[in-house]
Amino acid sequence: MSEINREAVAHLARLAHIEMTAGELDKMAGELDVIVDSIKSVQEAAGPDVPATSHPIPLANVFREDVVGETLTQEQALSGAPDSADGRFKVPAILDEE
Amino acid sequence: MSELTRHSAARLAEMLAAKEVTSVEVTQAHLDRIAEVDGNINAFLHVNTEEALAVAADVDKARAAGEDLPALAGVPIAIKDLIVTVGQPTTAGSKMLEGWMSPYDATVIKKIRAARMPMLGKTNLDEFAMGSSTEHSAYGPTRNPWDLGRIPGGSGGGSAAAVAAFEAPLALGTDTGGSIRQPAAVTGSVGVKPTYGGVSRYGAIAMASSLDQIGPVSRTVLDSALLHEVIGGHDPHDSTSLTDPVGSLVEAAKTGNVAGMKIGVIKELQGEGYDEGVLARFHESLDLLRDAGAEMVEVACPNFKYALGAYYLIMPSEASSNLAKYDGVRFGHRVLPAESPLTIERVMGATRAAGFGDEVKRRIILGTYALSAGYYDAYYGSAQKVRTLIQRDFDAAFAQADVLISPTSPVPAFKLGEKLNDPLAMYLNDVATIPANLAGIPGISIPGGLADGLPVGIQFLAPAREDARLYRAGHVLETLLEEKWGGPLLSQAPDLRQFSGAETTSGAK
Repeated sequence: MSEINREAVAHLARLAHIEMTAGELDKMAGELDVIVDSIKSVQEAAGPDVPATSHPIPLANVFREDVVGETLTQEQALSGAPDSADGRFKVPAILDEE
Repeated sequence: MSELTRHSAARLAEMLAAKEVTSVEVTQAHLDRIAEVDGNINAFLHVNTEEALAVAADVDKARAAGEDLPALAGVPIAIKDLIVTVGQPTTAGSKMLEGWMSPYDATVIKKIRAARMPMLGKTNLDEFAMGSSTEHSAYGPTRNPWDLGRIPGGSGGGSAAAVAAFEAPLALGTDTGGSIRQPAAVTGSVGVKPTYGGVSRYGAIAMASSLDQIGPVSRTVLDSALLHEVIGGHDPHDSTSLTDPVGSLVEAAKTGNVAGMKIGVIKELQGEGYDEGVLARFHESLDLLRDAGAEMVEVACPNFKYALGAYYLIMPSEASSNLAKYDGVRFGHRVLPAESPLTIERVMGATRAAGFGDEVKRRIILGTYALSAGYYDAYYGSAQKVRTLIQRDFDAAFAQADVLISPTSPVPAFKLGEKLNDPLAMYLNDVATIPANLAGIPGISIPGGLADGLPVGIQFLAPAREDARLYRAGHVLETLLEEKWGGPLLSQAPDLRQFSGAETTSGAK
């Protein structure tokens, strides 16, 4: 119980890059605690001898010839961007230097 | 309502081929129906009038000129708004992508265009397909055509409601944990989740990549088979796409026969938590199939009790990673924080806070938790092992039976708002549909009758790559039930015109 408290959610929200208000953190901590409590029984389901499945249908690596295929034009690629300049995505400052 | 909207896609295709009707007439009839009832249903987020009519006119011209046309040419279709389309906005039901225009078509959309099917528009869904009621859409809930105070299922409530309300004969959906099948069940329509990789996912906005699958939504089993054959097949753009041929699904739907077929009744997918009316209709279907010559066997899937837990660890884990791309840089919204410094990290935090709704945030945080150091093995690792156990359960079950059967959803449509503040209660709606996604196997939901006036769904499951069996069994049960009812279940649905101009903002009726 109470593995997920408000501080834990605040940390996770920072990792996930989602700003949350104090109210949201409290609400989510309560909800996630209930959810995690109800799903953690998966831990008792399988012993160490059971292999993990990451993918439902077994797959092999897919290769293709190294030739130029169909791609988006620069204009198309930028068409949905909130900001662009000189044919590139325009990004806010990476570092806080002011 | 124009009679044209009552026909199945198969019947419309016949009438078009026989030149009894034009595609423009058929398409216009559906656009008129949308105008007539969608104010109440809210199945459509975008109506594609101009392009749909232009495509229809082209088909009519080609037909008049004697051109050889694909089977469904001129039959209109609605598209779940999780699938990207050139020329129409794609929102994924999220504010994050409000007004976003994709620069490319999903592979299934290219196939729809090649099949010369007019696209009527984009249908509503839970935001990024996360939900079982369509109430998590940023654009308001879709309403169930059987009762406007109730949910149409989710996440593909828009596509299911559109076909159930005769706004479209066909639709595309996506199914990650039941998002095609559960809406089909609660709206009295048909929905198919193909074998994982059987239909290309290229251009379906990803939620959980190892679970997501595009599939058909319709009113009849044959119509789903017709659409499945259009959209199925290998796609080099999707590295998880199967290389197998699609198979003769239409043939299977037309020649269905269950005599001698072994049908496994899944012990774990009935009983506690299942509505009495749902179980009553389920047992009637079992009797009908038995009388038609099927051999019914009980199969045990003891690890299904862990399926929901495994799903709600794997799905949010994959979703938290897939949704990291919404960073306010390459597409979608950007929100600047009120105070400086305006660094990318803070812009991202503000953008994602404003762009995502509560359920999406909940799943991202849950996934981030399940994947974080110290918890990874206990949660994500354990869930992946459960996936192996579920597959073994299915392997054992399919050693005894050709197809498996269960109710699709444990309950009929619930009231809008009823489970909105209880995420766990909402998650339980997917308990019977999730195992198929975890194992990658195909499933179909067909109408099984009514419980207290609300539709109930019957689910068939088949081994991977054996989608044809779903159509074979599904068509037989559909035929038997319709004989019993004296027609399709949806002919018993209320006439939506009586609600025109009705209050659409209240919750329960």
